[in-house]
Amino acid sequence: MTTHTPHPDLPPPSTSVGVIGWLRANLFSSWANSLLTLAAAYLLYLTIPPLIDWSLIKADWVGETRDACDSGGACWVFVSVRLNQFMYGLYPESEYWRINLAAVLLVLLMIPLFIKRFRAKLWLGLFILFGYPVIAFYLFSGGVFGLEYVETSRWGGLTLTLVLSSVGMAASLPLGILLALGRRSTMPIVKALSVVFIEFWRGVPLITVLFMSSVMLPLFLPEGTHFDKLLRAMIGIALFQSAYMAEVVRGGLQAIPKGQYEAAQALGLSYWKSMSLIILPQALKLVIPGIVNTFIALFKDTTLVLIIGLFDMLAMIQAALADPNWLGYAIEGLLFAAFVYWIFCFGMSRYSLALERKLNTGHAR
Amino acid sequence: MTDSSNSRSDPAAPAGPMVEMRHVHKWYGQFHVLKDINLNVDKGERIVICGPSGSGKSTMIRCINRLEEHQDGQIIVDGTELTDDVKHIDQIRREVGMVFQHFNLFPHLTVLENCCLAPIWVRKEPRRNAEQAAMKYLEKVKIPEQAKKYPGQLSGGQQQRVAIARSLCMNPSIMLFDEPTSALDPEMIKEVLDTMIELAESGMTMLCVTHEMGFAKTVANRVIFMDGGEIIEQNEPEEFFNNPQSDRTKLFLSQILAH
Repeated sequence: MTTHTPHPDLPPPSTSVGVIGWLRANLFSSWANSLLTLAAAYLLYLTIPPLIDWSLIKADWVGETRDACDSGGACWVFVSVRLNQFMYGLYPESEYWRINLAAVLLVLLMIPLFIKRFRAKLWLGLFILFGYPVIAFYLFSGGVFGLEYVETSRWGGLTLTLVLSSVGMAASLPLGILLALGRRSTMPIVKALSVVFIEFWRGVPLITVLFMSSVMLPLFLPEGTHFDKLLRAMIGIALFQSAYMAEVVRGGLQAIPKGQYEAAQALGLSYWKSMSLIILPQALKLVIPGIVNTFIALFKDTTLVLIIGLFDMLAMIQAALADPNWLGYAIEGLLFAAFVYWIFCFGMSRYSLALERKLNTGHAR
Repeated sequence: MTDSSNSRSDPAAPAGPMVEMRHVHKWYGQFHVLKDINLNVDKGERIVICGPSGSGKSTMIRCINRLEEHQDGQIIVDGTELTDDVKHIDQIRREVGMVFQHFNLFPHLTVLENCCLAPIWVRKEPRRNAEQAAMKYLEKVKIPEQAKKYPGQLSGGQQQRVAIARSLCMNPSIMLFDEPTSALDPEMIKEVLDTMIELAESGMTMLCVTHEMGFAKTVANRVIFMDGGEIIEQNEPEEFFNNPQSDRTKLFLSQILAH
């Protein structure tokens, strides 16, 4: 009889692990890839150093006027002088604290949502969704508790961008879920209404929607009715995005196996209970990438309100570029806008990845 | 109709059968799936339904808790007739537990949450009571230690036992099994069958679509053979296997028992 002696574990060859192994696997795996690597490295060498030189090393950071910009690099003085307008638009300077207070309040309210041991997350979430907007509205517009009244046409800058996009997101997700459920409903009228709504709003450009809301809608309303322009833009954006959201959510609903619906029915759960407890939690988790995609598109689409005379951050930057004292600094202004938008969108994207990881219960096959 | 001797029937229970199907017909579009089904199931009876695929066995038991709608005839479950009335449907679904071929556990909830969901949301039990009851049933199917895990982390056999426990948590008076072992690896079939045998011994009324003839011989009071949407033959297991009456049954039995 022979006894089997297990073979000892040997270390892998040095060319397949560590830095050398990584380089071989990722950059120089074939002659074509090596060529691409070298070409890309050359391209980076051509672009990156001059960009850093212009935007950081030779740039001017401090000063009050354009005379401070004499070193030939980027003139960030332009941005820093105008920063308040980019952030708050035409909001009165003495009232900036109200916007800051609303922002701080929101951050403070959201902190407990990220604490694992905090139990009343649902109630707090509902308060942020329904209670907080009321507080923020009265803080922003004033007219109560001795606060100076600030009409919505003076709201602007990044504040307006964030107000529009957060209202758009908060309204379009629940509305989109209802429309998606409606489109899959067995009730013919509900189904037809959902299909018509979705196809209508998805079929028109957002610019048209905004134009209609600001130019045409007042024509149809009885004379003398005042209907705030910002509110109309918000409703337009929310309805428009909810149609997209509905289709994203419908994709998730279709991916849930029929057995899940049947198991919920067999246990005696009603339609709304089986949707909210069984189907939607799974479907929404599946379409997090699609939902975030729609959110990011919505966030950037808010810049279109420029055409109906609302001044979001990009519009404020455009206005600043036309200032005769600061002519010729368009690149700095637009780069700043791109940077701010990128920070927000990248933040949303990272958050959605973290959320997907957290909600993964290992059922994906 | 051959009525089995039913030693377990409770004399205090109402005289009517637990499930009564009278002249039940069902069509999928033009296709006539169920043709004049007549079936009475008494309390505590254990019935095994077999037949070739497409014979309507699954459709028949799925009609009992209205996962499928019948178009003609009457189905009466524990004294309540199945109609379009949602109240009746809800009431019957609360009485009837179901175990599926593909388990259909909720993958986003833990095993314990799977079991507690319906008691909490349908029967409005307090969470603490529901959890205690769920642990009792998980012990009964011998997997209390998996309570905090997600279904995706369990083997097929374990998932099916959780599915059985989940149904039992609603205290059903009838259990329907739709090919409960067909999706399992051979070595896991036994653990699920053992659980089902234990359940049968506790006096549960069971209707079971299965091809496990060993199970039928051990626990069934009655075996039903279906083909082409009709009940061809029904009898006590011993008679059914040793002395089948119809040619179709003989052919079917020779094919499944041949190897």
